[in-house]
Amino acid sequence: MAGMSELTASQRFQAFANPARFMALSERLLPFCAGLTAVLIAVGLYLALLDSPPDYQQGETVRIMYIHVPSAWLSMFGYMVMAAASATALIFRHPLADIAAKSAAPIGAAFTFLALVTGSLWGRPMWGTWWVWDARLTSMLILFFLYLGYMALWATIEEPVRAGRAAAVLALVGSINVPIIHYSVVWWNTLHQPASVFRIGGPAIATSMLMPLLVMALGFTLFFVTLLLVRMRAEILRRRVRVLRLARTER
Amino acid sequence: MQGFLEMGGYAAFIWPAYGLAFVVMIGLVVQSVGDFRAQRRLAGELDAGRAARPRAPARSTGPDA
Repeated sequence: MAGMSELTASQRFQAFANPARFMALSERLLPFCAGLTAVLIAVGLYLALLDSPPDYQQGETVRIMYIHVPSAWLSMFGYMVMAAASATALIFRHPLADIAAKSAAPIGAAFTFLALVTGSLWGRPMWGTWWVWDARLTSMLILFFLYLGYMALWATIEEPVRAGRAAAVLALVGSINVPIIHYSVVWWNTLHQPASVFRIGGPAIATSMLMPLLVMALGFTLFFVTLLLVRMRAEILRRRVRVLRLARTER
Repeated sequence: MQGFLEMGGYAAFIWPAYGLAFVVMIGLVVQSVGDFRAQRRLAGELDAGRAARPRAPARSTGPDA
């Protein structure tokens, strides 16, 4: 028994040494992240809604792009964060990696949802349909379900270490979908337009539209980072509450 | 102003896209910050409870000790 409690004490030290530092650092970082996010999104909205011109083909509907494209980028960015954190958790057992992966999932899922719905709202006037079962749209829908499945797995297994390991494997297996989404517009026939920013030869989009897009994308990315910090802080506290409760019932 | 709101006849598609993004993003913030505050309160209560209570006897002793 003495050996057991020694082990848990050292485990506890290992588990809380890094999170304690993270809590202190993130507390100082958060106001800057939140402030910068607000400024970038405010400027982005001004550029997107007031300053940028309508498209010569798509008219005003091009303004949906400034929401749709950053959301879609972040849906994949979020999954890559989740998968990288999951790999780190599985290989190095870093106590924060697990927490980062779990915290990124709901944010990524929300942006996937936004990308799907805003895409639908853009598709209706421009393609004449809300939805088609083509490669890009379907692989994005699968991404959404992967996020939901990942979150459901966390919610199903009560013990965080076991839940984390199972969820990490799911996240890594699902990461095959990310390159499929990216190349879906190249590999298969689709209504969706090909990549016009991250492409060989540079962006194929007018500066007057690229600027608001990039500002919004940066704003959304900082929003993601800020929220990730908040959610990680909440998750660290949740685990602390769990440990304290277990310690109390053991008496 | 009227012209801006009409969005060249596409208001029914553009404003819902922006509105939904607003609702989803604000919803995420409210849920995340609320969760953080709830966990911080719980952790604070448990810490205070632990500090207030006298130290429990050694765990290895049996219930009859």
